[in-house]
Amino acid sequence: MPGFLQAVFEPGFFASGPVHAALLTGAVVALISGAVGVFTVLRSQSFAGHSLADLGTLGGSGAFLFGIGPLWGFISAGIAVGGAMDLAGSERRSARDVSTGIVLGAVLGLSALLLYFDTTSSSTTGVTITVLFGSLFAISGYTLPATVSFAVLGLGLLTLLYRPLLLSSVSPDLAAARGVRIRLLGLIFMITMGITVALASLIVGTILSPALLIGPAATALRLTRRPMAAMAIAGALGTVATWLGVLLAYDSYHWPPVGNGWPVSFFVITLIFAAYLGSGVRFRRAAQATRRTPHEVIEAV
Amino acid sequence: MTGTSNEIAPRGPENVLALDEVSIRLGGRQVLDQVSFALAAGEFTGLIGSNGAGKTTLLRIVMGLRAADAGTVRVGGKPLTRRARGVGYVPQKIQIEPDAPLRARDLIALGLDGEKLGPRLPSRQRRATVEQMLDAVDATRFADERVGTLSGGEQQRILIAHALIGRPRLLLMDEPLANLDLRSGQEIVELTSRVARDQSVAVLLSAHDINPLLPVMDKVVYLAEGRAACGTTDQVVRSEVLSGLYRHPVSVLRVDGRILVVAGSTVTADTLPADTSPANGERANGEPLAVQA
Repeated sequence: MPGFLQAVFEPGFFASGPVHAALLTGAVVALISGAVGVFTVLRSQSFAGHSLADLGTLGGSGAFLFGIGPLWGFISAGIAVGGAMDLAGSERRSARDVSTGIVLGAVLGLSALLLYFDTTSSSTTGVTITVLFGSLFAISGYTLPATVSFAVLGLGLLTLLYRPLLLSSVSPDLAAARGVRIRLLGLIFMITMGITVALASLIVGTILSPALLIGPAATALRLTRRPMAAMAIAGALGTVATWLGVLLAYDSYHWPPVGNGWPVSFFVITLIFAAYLGSGVRFRRAAQATRRTPHEVIEAV
Repeated sequence: MTGTSNEIAPRGPENVLALDEVSIRLGGRQVLDQVSFALAAGEFTGLIGSNGAGKTTLLRIVMGLRAADAGTVRVGGKPLTRRARGVGYVPQKIQIEPDAPLRARDLIALGLDGEKLGPRLPSRQRRATVEQMLDAVDATRFADERVGTLSGGEQQRILIAHALIGRPRLLLMDEPLANLDLRSGQEIVELTSRVARDQSVAVLLSAHDINPLLPVMDKVVYLAEGRAACGTTDQVVRSEVLSGLYRHPVSVLRVDGRILVVAGSTVTADTLPADTSPANGERANGEPLAVQA
């Protein structure tokens, strides 16, 4: 291997089991996040994405307290909360946002308590960091098949519902007039979003998972006008950011402070943000066309 | 001919849409009260009424999105099912962000099979059909623009193409002129009339102002106080017919080829229906009720 490549890919990078798991998990999660992210922006549901992630904290912290894997905590919280938010959802968007906000505060308070118990019972702050900021290298061989299965399930649902989802995001009435059951469709989408946010929380933690959802999607929206292409670009961007993040995090064991790697989530989110900024420089469009996206990404990061 | 709901156009197998004594109560209010009318194939019909007259509710019932409390709706001679087959729908407006990745041609293509499951395979025939439709509504120029960045009139054209690409026999349009300036509104009316005639589609278009529709309208369904009158403009938009609908004295004035409906001062007491209260009669001061020039 040439010296340059050796410097980039530290010895042992390709042989490391946790690295393999991290790269595979990163790719499938980035793919589903990209697709769901584009639909989230199309359906103007990014607030729901944020809320799902915040409420996932409860699942993650609870899972640690009861000794269950964090994936199952995130997933069960994501599915339960996503389903509940949709079923309780009001037709009026403003009323829905207010009630979501109030529930959000209460659940975060409960999460703070659980995180405190996690920390005191294990005498370490590691759990809090893992729940809030993710730990891609901690995904064990045991969690890997489950993670990939959930991602494949989510992608399958999106593929199946692609056209009705697109139509109902333009106008629910238009979809309903064609016989689409829009309540059921909305429920399935929220559950898919719950699964996606849960998987993203594994990689970058509950605080940053909306950024993995919205960031690549927002960048893709600047680069293409086609829905399918936007999802492909968002998925590819997320995958590249995650892989580069894993590589840099692996390399960072040799950076100061020596012996402690930097968190993967820092690299992933920084790369996503850089891609977004880069797309803005290259594809400067009418201010109106991209009015909403910078706000969303700043909010997400 | 009083034109009220008891006397309607003849019903028959050639009718694309037939409503028979359709009634619905919403929030304690009788929104539609025994409304009956029928549309023949290829007819352009204006559904006229003021805000809250029940126009949108009526359209939603015809689409199968809402069930009537009483009465029957037949589309193409068949009773209504959950998905009204052979019916195209143009909503009043759509909510889509300017940066949403959906081109005008994508939205039109969704009119072919937007409810189907699974991914869509690219097809030469589908592309050709979409191109034809783009051409029919003069939208080729902005076919590749994002739907969210188009103007209200341009979005209407795309929605009309979306509704017509599935070759329906009936096109429902919910207040297409509400968010348009006069000129775009006139263009949309002319375009709808032309395309509908070419494809022999019956059109039921709701509006609060009858005037932009006068040049193209074959028939009018006038809604007021939950009741409907149906017929040609000359049959329906008359002082005595509308006074009967409103149960309130109303005058129809024709000025410069335009129709103006005002709370009546020229209607004499003996032309009023018996149940009109004197209190309402005293309010007759030329205040516009429903339709203005």
